[in-house]
Amino acid sequence: MMRGVCFALALAVGVASPAGALSPDELLDDPALEERARELSSQLRCMVCRNESIDESNADLARDMRLMVRDRLVAGDSDAEVIDFVVERYGEYALLRPTTEGANIILWVAGPAMLIVALGIGGGYVWSRRRAPARTEEGLSAEEQARLDALLKE
Amino acid sequence: MIAELGHFALILAACVALVQMIVPLIGAQRRWAGWMAVAEPAATAQFILVAVSFAALTWAFVTSDFSLRLVTLNSHSAKPMLYKITGVWGNHEGSLLLWVLILALFGASAAWFGGNLKPTLRARVLAVQASVGVAFYAFILFTSNPFLRLESPPLDGQDLNPLLQDPGLAFHPPFLYLGYVGLSMAFSFAVAALIEGRVDAAWGRWVRPWTLAAWLFLTIGIALGSWWAYYELGWGGFWFWDPVENASFMPWLLAAALLHCAIVVEKREALKNWTILLAILAFGFSLIGTFIVRSGVLTSVHAFANDPERGVYILAITGLFVGGALTLYAARASAMEAKGVFGVLSRESALVANNILLAVSCFVVFVGTIWPLVAELAFDRKLSVGPPFFDAAFTPFMVALMILLPVGAMMPWKRARLGRAMQPLWGVLALALAAGGLTWAIQTGQSLLAPLGMTLALWVIGGAVVDLWSRAGKGTPDERLRRLRALPGGDWGKAIAHAGLGITALGVAGLTQWQVEDIRVAQPGERYTVEAFGPWEYDVRLNAVNEVEGPNYVSTMASIDVFRGDRQIARLEPEKRVYPVAGMPTTEAAIDNGILRDVYIVIGDPQANGGWAVRTYIKPLANWIWAGCIVMAIGGMVSLSDRRYRVAAGARKAAPAPGGVPAE
Repeated sequence: MMRGVCFALALAVGVASPAGALSPDELLDDPALEERARELSSQLRCMVCRNESIDESNADLARDMRLMVRDRLVAGDSDAEVIDFVVERYGEYALLRPTTEGANIILWVAGPAMLIVALGIGGGYVWSRRRAPARTEEGLSAEEQARLDALLKE
Repeated sequence: MIAELGHFALILAACVALVQMIVPLIGAQRRWAGWMAVAEPAATAQFILVAVSFAALTWAFVTSDFSLRLVTLNSHSAKPMLYKITGVWGNHEGSLLLWVLILALFGASAAWFGGNLKPTLRARVLAVQASVGVAFYAFILFTSNPFLRLESPPLDGQDLNPLLQDPGLAFHPPFLYLGYVGLSMAFSFAVAALIEGRVDAAWGRWVRPWTLAAWLFLTIGIALGSWWAYYELGWGGFWFWDPVENASFMPWLLAAALLHCAIVVEKREALKNWTILLAILAFGFSLIGTFIVRSGVLTSVHAFANDPERGVYILAITGLFVGGALTLYAARASAMEAKGVFGVLSRESALVANNILLAVSCFVVFVGTIWPLVAELAFDRKLSVGPPFFDAAFTPFMVALMILLPVGAMMPWKRARLGRAMQPLWGVLALALAAGGLTWAIQTGQSLLAPLGMTLALWVIGGAVVDLWSRAGKGTPDERLRRLRALPGGDWGKAIAHAGLGITALGVAGLTQWQVEDIRVAQPGERYTVEAFGPWEYDVRLNAVNEVEGPNYVSTMASIDVFRGDRQIARLEPEKRVYPVAGMPTTEAAIDNGILRDVYIVIGDPQANGGWAVRTYIKPLANWIWAGCIVMAIGGMVSLSDRRYRVAAGARKAAPAPGGVPAE
């Protein structure tokens, strides 16, 4: 589904070249370096696609970004340096794994915080249900009682 | 003419829904039997009218009536008949018509099978259901009318998006909608109960089958979509955490939570407040999902309509229904106190844990999905939230869920002892740990995720088997087998669905951790070896690449043989297609399906030296992912077949101990 958008965009700007995703000529000779390149590629977003990493994307821009990542790696950059380089050029929009900086901390903490709250409420509820609360029971309404009588008579 | 008939039927259906919304509601309030009795024939009439309308639109697609704007935009005379029919819902307007058709179908079934519901409750349920219908009829008629004509019809249409011309995706939307819209029943029951001011075991027993049905359709729908992505997108991914996928996954998680806690209401008359809230939220997320998909606010190819007017309207519907229901909830929920009493360790508390994990994991998906929007609006930051986030933030919840599942499933109601519940499970635990250890030993030097996945999956599957076996009581194996067969559908369904979850987990672990990929340039006639995990090793030979003409596309088709040793195991024909009318290329991977692995081959571009780019993937346990989903859905069906829902829901078992169940 996302791939389609890439095509649509590629066609819209008139650069229709159905280049496959990662193609053989891009691969690095050093397998260790290539593995790092793949790992990094899967963390970076193809800028013209919806939610597709450059590793998966068919778009020309994704190919350029893949080549750029590989160039940096061959030049001896560390993974973090490559990421910084990409962010500098394309902004944090390119990161599929959002940073924890600034307001993003809310995104990362939301789940665990909610879990603690939910465990608190759920635990409190379970604890409170240990004993029967002192309260009058509703029983059956008059209407239901009539129905029950009718059923029992049958 | 027929299109106008369909248009007219749709308008009539909207009018009927309006009557069905107002009259029975007043009747239920005033106890006027005549007014309440309007609901049932109205629901039936509404369904028939929408069905006529839908049939009219289908007719227009089948006969390629290009005087209809919608048909021109989404169909083509050369398109195969199957896709002419599925093209009806392959677009915004038609899919909304399908949505209201299913909504009316559910409403009508509640009218047909609800004969034993309390009359006021039934009238209110049908009225609430109709109110959802009214909102969507208005939406269709005022903003998304599928029956608009063109002044000068073209000779031929513009064709359906070729990505949608595929059996997997053709039937993905109807199943998803059956799930989404099925949750409207739970919503209607919840709101009706709030108006009624009463939730009891009979209510729980009524809500559960609808939720179960919605959940099992969602399961099938999501699995179809995931399977489609696997074979169609060209590299074999099965889940992308795309907003549109999340939109269907969030209601699935909440429906799973709801069908578990409805059991507590049914059996133990506890957790009532929470169940009502969950029923409202589950449908709320269906509406939010519809909003995300239909408005294009978090664009992807599903968002065929990039029209803000429509988005605002759906947002208004969502706000109205969720907001209204939550207000009613705030006002009324306190009236519904729980009766059941249970220990800190019990089936009830295990189900509370299940609900916490499912609901919070849904919350995580929700926050991740809307965060880019929030960050842009509130903090002026343009950022992405992709799979690495969801993998990190969501997976721990599933791990915790799977650790707890077998133990929780073994616990008795009211009061449990951990030692007692664990006793039959020690063997399974040992087996699961041993299998994890073995996996770890074989796959030296890789991440711990695969052994962890293996252990968890076997723990859950084994736990389900033990659960069923221990339910057969004590005695000789013969006796137990006999009793096993006599166990109620609910018990079988539970074990089957849980095992399905384990099977899916096994597939996910295998596929994500052990996949092997080979990308290279191959000359026609060249044969090469692809080494996979463990003992697997395949030889691949590119025979030739040819141009082939399809019904409405042109294809570049490769012929590739796959060998294991000297034995040929498959001839695969991956394609690259171009659909000239839509002007879009697609990749068609060729897959040799196997129980333990798929061989997945994609043909790429021609190279300057006369070779072709060929991508070969060995994907271990891939099919287990969808097999597990099917098993889960079967579990749901078996559970639905439980005769308690047909007999007891009808008889409403009003009798058992008037005045709640005392603790022990």
